[in-house]
Amino acid sequence: MSDTHSQTVPFVRETMIPQAEPPVGNRGVILWMRENLFSGWFNIITTLISLYVIWWALSHTMPWVFRGIWNASSLTECRAIRDATLPEGTSAACWAVLTDRWQQLLFGFYPRELYWRPVLSLVIFLVAIAPVLFPRVPRGALLFTAVSPFVMFWLLWGGTAWFPISIGLGFVLGWAAWRALAPMAGTLVASIVAVALPIVYWLYTAGPLARELEQVIPFRMEYVSSQDFGGFMLSFIIGIAGIILSLPLGILLALGRQSDLFIINKISVGFIEIIRGVPLIVWLFTASLLLNYFLPPGTNFDLMLRVIIMVTLFAAAYIAEVVRGGLAALPKGQYEGADSLGLSYWQSMRLIILPQALKISIPGIVNTFIGLFKDTTLVVFIGLLDPIGLSNAIRASTEWNGIYWELFVFIGLLFFICCFSMSRYSLYLEKKLQRGHN
Amino acid sequence: MTTTSDAPPKAGFRPSQLIYDTRYRSLTIQVIAFIALMLGLSWLVSNTITNLSALGKDFDFGFLGQRAGYDINQRLIEYDSTSTHGRAALVGILNTLLIAVLGCVLATIVGVLAGVLRLSKNWLVAKLMAIYVEGFRNIPVLLWILLIFALMTEATPQPRDFREGGDASMILGDTIAITNRGVFIPAPFWGAGAGILLAVFLVSLVAIFFWRRYAHRTQEQTGRILPIGWGTLGLLIVPTAVAFLALGMTSGRVTQPVLATGATEGMTLADYAASQQTINACAVPFSTESLNLRRLMRSQEIRFNYVAVEDAAGALTALEAGNCNILSLPASVDIATVPAGAVALSDTIRRGMPVEFERPVLGGFNFEGGLQLRNSLIALWLALSLYTGAFIAENVRGGILSVSKGQTEAAFALGIKPSRTMRLVILPQALRVIIPPMISQYLNLTKNSSLAIAVGYMDVRSTLGGITINQTGKELEGMLLLGLFYLVTSLIISSAMNLYNSRVKLKER
Amino acid sequence: MKKSVLFGALTTAGLAAGAAQAATLDDVKERGELNCGVVTGLAGFGAPDANGVWEGFDVAVCRAVAAAVLGDPMAVNFVPTTGQTRFTALASGEIDMLARNTTWTFSRDTDLKFDFVGVNYYDGQGFIVPTALGVSSAKDLDGATICIQTGTTTELNLADFFRNNNISYEPVPVETNAEGQQQYLAGACDAYTTDASGLAATRATFENPGDHVILPEIISKEPLGPLVRHGDNEWADIVRWTLNALIAAEEYGVTSANVNELASAPGTNPEVNRLLGTEGELGGMIGLENDWAKNAIAAGGNYGEIFEKNIGENTPIGLARGLNAQWTNGGLIYAPPFR
Repeated sequence: MSDTHSQTVPFVRETMIPQAEPPVGNRGVILWMRENLFSGWFNIITTLISLYVIWWALSHTMPWVFRGIWNASSLTECRAIRDATLPEGTSAACWAVLTDRWQQLLFGFYPRELYWRPVLSLVIFLVAIAPVLFPRVPRGALLFTAVSPFVMFWLLWGGTAWFPISIGLGFVLGWAAWRALAPMAGTLVASIVAVALPIVYWLYTAGPLARELEQVIPFRMEYVSSQDFGGFMLSFIIGIAGIILSLPLGILLALGRQSDLFIINKISVGFIEIIRGVPLIVWLFTASLLLNYFLPPGTNFDLMLRVIIMVTLFAAAYIAEVVRGGLAALPKGQYEGADSLGLSYWQSMRLIILPQALKISIPGIVNTFIGLFKDTTLVVFIGLLDPIGLSNAIRASTEWNGIYWELFVFIGLLFFICCFSMSRYSLYLEKKLQRGHN
Repeated sequence: MTTTSDAPPKAGFRPSQLIYDTRYRSLTIQVIAFIALMLGLSWLVSNTITNLSALGKDFDFGFLGQRAGYDINQRLIEYDSTSTHGRAALVGILNTLLIAVLGCVLATIVGVLAGVLRLSKNWLVAKLMAIYVEGFRNIPVLLWILLIFALMTEATPQPRDFREGGDASMILGDTIAITNRGVFIPAPFWGAGAGILLAVFLVSLVAIFFWRRYAHRTQEQTGRILPIGWGTLGLLIVPTAVAFLALGMTSGRVTQPVLATGATEGMTLADYAASQQTINACAVPFSTESLNLRRLMRSQEIRFNYVAVEDAAGALTALEAGNCNILSLPASVDIATVPAGAVALSDTIRRGMPVEFERPVLGGFNFEGGLQLRNSLIALWLALSLYTGAFIAENVRGGILSVSKGQTEAAFALGIKPSRTMRLVILPQALRVIIPPMISQYLNLTKNSSLAIAVGYMDVRSTLGGITINQTGKELEGMLLLGLFYLVTSLIISSAMNLYNSRVKLKER
Repeated sequence: MKKSVLFGALTTAGLAAGAAQAATLDDVKERGELNCGVVTGLAGFGAPDANGVWEGFDVAVCRAVAAAVLGDPMAVNFVPTTGQTRFTALASGEIDMLARNTTWTFSRDTDLKFDFVGVNYYDGQGFIVPTALGVSSAKDLDGATICIQTGTTTELNLADFFRNNNISYEPVPVETNAEGQQQYLAGACDAYTTDASGLAATRATFENPGDHVILPEIISKEPLGPLVRHGDNEWADIVRWTLNALIAAEEYGVTSANVNELASAPGTNPEVNRLLGTEGELGGMIGLENDWAKNAIAAGGNYGEIFEKNIGENTPIGLARGLNAQWTNGGLIYAPPFR
């Protein structure tokens, strides 16, 4: 032992040293980049390739987009401005076509001073579907949902308000008939009457009734013919009307396909398969070329209405498959529980099965709607002026002859915004439902 | 449950039971539904009959036998404007099937790639794929078709630019030309021995099948892993290549005379051409002899008409009938059987290798020779594949995610390589989830191919459902046939895929 | 107002099952609007402007008929139709008349059960090619790639022309004129073929019109005119004579500027008097008011005015009258006498 040793104080650290940052290469952005972009030679190569692709795409499009010309009244003027301000050979978008025609792309030929009407109906629609989509909204709002289609119809087309009212009365009539007859004559008779009575009423009474009421108490707005509908408004109307109208039929078809009754089952299966096996464009041509053959001589339909009818039938087949999926996903105990309570078929469906099945089907229904909304562009082939049809019409005018990228970009962007947000919503719903199951 | 003894005695049956008794009510409902359906259908049919007679139209399919009068650019079978509407419809049907098959294949490749890449650890790649998937899923397919078509028309050079002074050139050693009218690729021509070559190729396919089976069995029994991939590749290439070379050595070098009527012995082709008003060459389409004759005449800048004949016998008959005056002799013909009057020229052609490729060359207006993949086909193909691929990518991603991570970890723990893990553990399980939605995507693609008219691709919708209906005014019959075609196609695809699906489905016991 | 209009789109939903076939005139009057089928968009002949008001040479015929029947040139419901849907739209009664550069052919007039009421434009199918191609005749187009609109007679003419001349070509079908133009300008086809009027209209909008030449061959006769359903002769007469009134008005110097003045009192020319209703009862004979022709002419002017305003030499379309000059000027435009 030596002195020196005895005098050394053993080192004991009494406080923790402050936590050190990880080395520069192992934290923050650099760590993230290393892990996510450069974690191996293969990864580095793919990153470089991706970067090149992004650079290539942006460098080819961005100058064109941002050099764009916004103020011109025709393509020739656009070109003149471009040649005057930009160096030779550079390309520039001519966004002026949008400033000139954006209203047409959105509303078609709808009278400009009446644009509030379609906008208001869109708002009403959004409010009306809130109770369906968001469970927190009070149930009483469903009454508003039930009335809203008639309000929207009136807002869009205008004319006398008595017409949608008298049509709506048909539903009330059917409901009343059912309530009155069901206790007396049994559900079967009651439902047959409840279906038949409104149909007879619509065919023979609704029209004259509305006309009479209009003469007694005039209640009308300026009428807009469906020829003036176009652009995104048309896509929305066809898409939304198609989905809403197809829901009842779709649910019935889904029930029919699940049914044990042989004939009902085969009819449903046949209908669904035939509709789904043939492309929408063929159905649209059927609507445009053939529907008049199938109806009584002299009946004459608005093309837009014919398209809506066809789209409804088309969507119904798809909705039926979605709802069938929902029905199949319900645990068997639900059906058995309903039976054991002694509920009749329709009672069990209405009170137990459908509310649950429809809830799980909503994401699927939203997806069907997205598909349908995108498919409304096909009406261009039968001469309706949807956004693509209007882009053709705009290109046919002498001012804008020869323009196309700008219009396509605008249309594509709008479709993307609509469809993307809807698909996000359906994704959110799916996730929520999944959590609900656990 | 229900036995005859449970049923009420016949005497006790009251009509009201049809409504109130659940045993009979279902019958009542069905009968009512059936009657309603029949009434509805007969209503539609009677309306149609009335309407048709009011318009003075009849219902018959005779128009299918009438002359069509229009031309179709892409035809997989022989067709010209004198053919019938029925044949035009057939050309359209084949075009539809072609685009559907091509589209499904490419969409699967694109979809699987994008789906796997979207799960990549590389953030940039994953995001790029997400942009691709969302971009294509949320914009109408019609817009994509139009956009891609416009892009291809604008971004690729026109044939004019390939001339001297133009800024475009052919790629891959002047064999492929990418123009805004389409991509021109070399066309295969079949010479003597092509059949043998094909047979060898088929045999090697069979051999591959047995090799893989043998390798699997060996692995199961002994645990030894045989090189399946290399073996397959070798079997695929080597025998065919050897056969090609062998056949080329024997038949490819043989020269044969060019026979012409009205020529003198030993005349050169150039002199003969100068002595004749027109030159009509009889040749079997896509045979190497015809290719070599064409090459010879092209190289001497002789203009000629091409008379297609079925086979050697057809060529001789045509020569005798005077339909053509110059003949490239198919390999199988014995010189002695050639009719009198046909004389051999001093130029000869080679009989050709078993397979030879004709390169596209720039002609007067456009590239000539070779195979033209038209822009309309490519644009539609790309657009449909990319669009459907985006949906398939989502299915694939969902399928892979549905396989629990424990499976991968367990496979790694057993020491299985990552690629084998994917192939042997993950994919077989993921496929069960992926396949059913994939079927409906294939169906969608087939149905979406009816948008072909937007790019001028002549599918069945554009021929039968478009021009034919328009020229004959037979919309009812035309649409019926069109609908029937799509329906049958859809049913066939879905039943075939369902069959496959039921085979890979998890067998629950 | 007894407009069935009130009922919007649903009017139609089976409620208004009237006899569309028989009396088109009554239908139009009751509706208060003329349903007129037009092209979805063709520069100069029919396209909506920025306000959605339809304008063009064919559109003007619709307006004249509406003015003659209803007294209001704006009371027209324009129904855009494609090459494929136009005939069914007319046959089914969805539209009352079709004014959509449609060629008068035998089979359309007979087999398809329509009545062409006259010709408002004598056209013919031509070709446009880039000057750089050095082609001076359509017969030089052997092996060329040619863009063509589907669903039209031009398709058949093209096939026939090339077949007769024993030369080959590659058709590239396009759906609309705008697309054909895009393909042609990008060089995806060597030539574009359609009616010569359409070619001129298309060329006018090119960035460099001088780089393109319209070939001298006109390979077909394309008399374009309005048509109606077969079987309603009264209605066919109205459309026919409205068109004739426009033509006659040009011949006699009746213009939109002086028509009101001329119609206020009988003038010196008895034919003008009969036309404008100051003499005789021509209007009554076709079931219209006596000032029908005056209204029709006041709507957009006489034939010449309509031509000059929409497609004439001072418009971007820049078409010369050519065959469409009055017969007095060596053209084919000729109206039967109003007597």
